[in-house]
Amino acid sequence: MSKGPVQPIDAFSANISRDQRDAVMSSCVLTTEKRRDILWRDFPKPDVLRELAGKIKQHTLDHLDLYLEQATGALEQNGVAVHFASTGQEAREAILGVLQSRNARKIVKSKSMVTEEIHLNPFLEESGIECLESDLGEFIIQIDGDTPSHIVRPISHKNRREVARSIERKGLGEYNDDPATITRRARAFFREKFMSSDAGITGGNFISAESGRLVLVTNEGNARFSLAPNKLHIAIVGIEKIIPKDRDLAVFLNLLARSATAQQLTVYTQFINGPTPPSQPDGPGEMHVVLLDNGRSEALASNCREILRCIRCGACQNVCPVYRQVGGHAYRATYGGPIGAVLSPLLAGKSGFPELADLPKASSLCGACREVCPVDIPIPDLLLRLREKAQIERVTSPGTPSMKLFGVLASSPALWRAALTAGGVLNHTPGSLLPIPAMKTWLSQRSLPRFQGNEFRRWMKYRKGSKE
Amino acid sequence: MSESAKDKIFQSIREANRTIRAPEAYPEYEDSLLVSQAHLEFPDDLWNDFGRNFSAVNGRAMDSPVLLMSWLREQSCTFGYCAPELYQAIGLALENEAFEISCEFDRSRYDDYQFGITRASGAVAESGSVILTDQDTPDRLGALTPWIHIAVIRPAQLIPTIPEAIRQFGSHSNIVWVTGPSKTADVEGILIEGVHGPGEQVCLLLHES
Repeated sequence: MSKGPVQPIDAFSANISRDQRDAVMSSCVLTTEKRRDILWRDFPKPDVLRELAGKIKQHTLDHLDLYLEQATGALEQNGVAVHFASTGQEAREAILGVLQSRNARKIVKSKSMVTEEIHLNPFLEESGIECLESDLGEFIIQIDGDTPSHIVRPISHKNRREVARSIERKGLGEYNDDPATITRRARAFFREKFMSSDAGITGGNFISAESGRLVLVTNEGNARFSLAPNKLHIAIVGIEKIIPKDRDLAVFLNLLARSATAQQLTVYTQFINGPTPPSQPDGPGEMHVVLLDNGRSEALASNCREILRCIRCGACQNVCPVYRQVGGHAYRATYGGPIGAVLSPLLAGKSGFPELADLPKASSLCGACREVCPVDIPIPDLLLRLREKAQIERVTSPGTPSMKLFGVLASSPALWRAALTAGGVLNHTPGSLLPIPAMKTWLSQRSLPRFQGNEFRRWMKYRKGSKE
Repeated sequence: MSESAKDKIFQSIREANRTIRAPEAYPEYEDSLLVSQAHLEFPDDLWNDFGRNFSAVNGRAMDSPVLLMSWLREQSCTFGYCAPELYQAIGLALENEAFEISCEFDRSRYDDYQFGITRASGAVAESGSVILTDQDTPDRLGALTPWIHIAVIRPAQLIPTIPEAIRQFGSHSNIVWVTGPSKTADVEGILIEGVHGPGEQVCLLLHES
């Protein structure tokens, strides 16, 4: 018996190891619970905060030209060299240009999703520049030639045994899967790397348009360490990271760490207002900010513009029943989970959209992502809009069951009644015997709840009868 | 190149925003909305609130150099860096107790300093954060490379809330809020302290002498 084509996420899911599935599930469940506890403990009405944050971000996006201009002016006023990049290629070249002109060959990098998005590391390495990921999780990813599977916890798909093997492969000591030992070995390895680095590359969590302050948050202290011994700092930041005023930072910082890691604040919250003055002994005297578009202005022009409010906390990934089952790599793009199912097809642009058009379909639209989103993005609505976009552009994705039969049944009351009565047969039919290939494939990794069709009609009929 | 990329980006943004029917207005809000009252129990005793919140993130709040000294001894520390401005207030006393103190941070010995004592510019009671700025802590490495960092504040530098700390940003070119020791949970979500930054974060309250 031949099966129909498989949805890409299902195909990926079929091959995940038990270890990997357990690692993703447990870290997601744990973080979701801790997030809820801290938010409700600290604020009587956290939803008021989320809605406020959403409005501030939406306001900024709706006036992005003004705020981006203001931010550029403020950054330059602070002595920062500002670069604009329409594409990943332009950003990579701008960064390489700065590094080469300063003869910087050894770089320490802080965790940044945007550098993942533009594949900065392989590009710099091809040009003979050592670019070392200093976040512990990202370091493991780099050793393994892997990609991060979660926005905040890049190695959430690995257990300690795999991490220990990576550390061993890197030559940092014999196999030892004690997390404290793993961390100490990374610490010892990196100190010399930080001290002898020529430049630090970071992302940016926020830029205040009012002051030009670049805000960076880390827990490990790597961004701080990468900006202490050397003289050059390059930050690459998406154009949607601007916020209007410094005071708004209180709104976002309160929500970001609580949503991401259930902390009140991340350990190191850095507010950088330009390069270090020459009178100071430590810190980069030269600072560059690369403002990246790479599909963002196109997303702004779409009917899914709200997605650009995202502050990259990963809470929607942790809570999503689909993500919990498959992890981030199933989404085949830098950003996975609910946020990625919207953002990735949009950032892929016109030519890349068909390739990722299945992602918005891989959702039950349960709405959990919207409930936890710190900037109140209506993710389920956006998933629907992207499904509609695929429909309008006649993009088909492999394995998506056709809804034609449903359409026929649902538009004729008589057929609908008959189908509901006949549906009871499903309770006694194994999925493998169903005559619809797409349905059969879909059911090979899922089970249907007991079919209970027609019971409402029966109840209504009975009720009417008993009243008369 | 950058000029044309800039024009292109601004043009696309303006194009995208031209047709919005109802652009979102900037929302009015009170800063009090952003303060977690659960973290502020003693409005008249900021040090008490700070200490509680700082301990909750595994920081160590101490209010006397004597306490610090005996704790450092428990940690088997013998050698550390002390910012020159704090030598009279703390460094000298440590030397008298047989600690070796260096008031100049020697980069070639960054691995030797067991502790670093530097000035903080403030502390946020609500979040249990120590505030470091380049003006008061110019030696970033002295506060970062030793396993133990001791940030020294004065009572008048305590700030009640996060919004208030933001209002007091001033013109500092570099501000870091340090909320506990460096940490990671990258491996199986297990909390490990002391990744790249200090594994012990101390805040010492120094009463005016």
